[in-house]
Amino acid sequence: MKRGLIVWLPLALGLALMAGLYLGLRKPEGHVIASRLVGQTLPEFTTRPVLPGQPPSASADFRDGRPRLLNIFASWCVPCRDEAEMLVRLKAQGVEIDGIAVHDDVDALTTFVAANGNPYRHLGIDEAGRAQMAFGSSGVPETFVIDGRGRILYQHIGAVTEDDGRKLIAMLEHAR
Amino acid sequence: MIAPLVFAAALAAAPAAAIPADPPDYAQVALADPAKEAQAAALMDTIRCVVCQGQPISGSNADLAADMRRMVRERIARGDSPEQVRAWLVGRYGDWISFSPRMRTATAPLWLVPLGALAGGLALVARRLRRRSTR
Repeated sequence: MKRGLIVWLPLALGLALMAGLYLGLRKPEGHVIASRLVGQTLPEFTTRPVLPGQPPSASADFRDGRPRLLNIFASWCVPCRDEAEMLVRLKAQGVEIDGIAVHDDVDALTTFVAANGNPYRHLGIDEAGRAQMAFGSSGVPETFVIDGRGRILYQHIGAVTEDDGRKLIAMLEHAR
Repeated sequence: MIAPLVFAAALAAAPAAAIPADPPDYAQVALADPAKEAQAAALMDTIRCVVCQGQPISGSNADLAADMRRMVRERIARGDSPEQVRAWLVGRYGDWISFSPRMRTATAPLWLVPLGALAGGLALVARRLRRRSTR
């Protein structure tokens, strides 16, 4: 009897493998790729200025003792338009937000902030996705919480909702 | 993958006589040095596009994949080794971005499970053969 069971073992393992692969196929596609830089110092980056009088975002402006948000977005991105109102409200509550616009241009961004508000302290265009890659960001919108020493505390992936806004404010308070 | 590159190279080359050439956009244009381009191309075939996820960056039309191809070629041209560039990307996006996973505790089963299955199968066959010969 014992020998009989062992003979069936490869078949059982094969069926288990197939069942696993089948379940894997049924799983919804899309894998959230979190940045590995959370907990580390923010990477060096610079951006190209967009609006006259508004400085471009750059890594050198962090580490000034003031925690703030870093929002990676684009004028062509629909969820970014959806979260803009929430970001403007965060700004009204005293939250500092620096913006990085990826694959964007000055005209489109000028129109975007005219229509959706400009919640940004600093705003710049990311040339060739260099800043986005340096952050390990895989899409827009994403929002990073940076503490006063320039350390990345948290990465929020997707549009910032009202609940997310409260969470981000709590983190910034805590980082102070 | 080759056809768009040739096309892009043709586009880049055609107006060169008429207007001063812009620096080539390495997202679409091969490096001039064939040895370095071969290194870059091999690396790009094993870096997963984080937008389309099933495709390598060499075969993806996503903007971010183009950015990664540009970055890969620029770094290889500057003298970085393909593994240095891979490590830079893995340090930001995790093992998931590489189609050529590194051996570590979490990824060890990728190599050990097939070896274990082979060993188990051989043991079963050996037992069966031994029993048959002693009968």
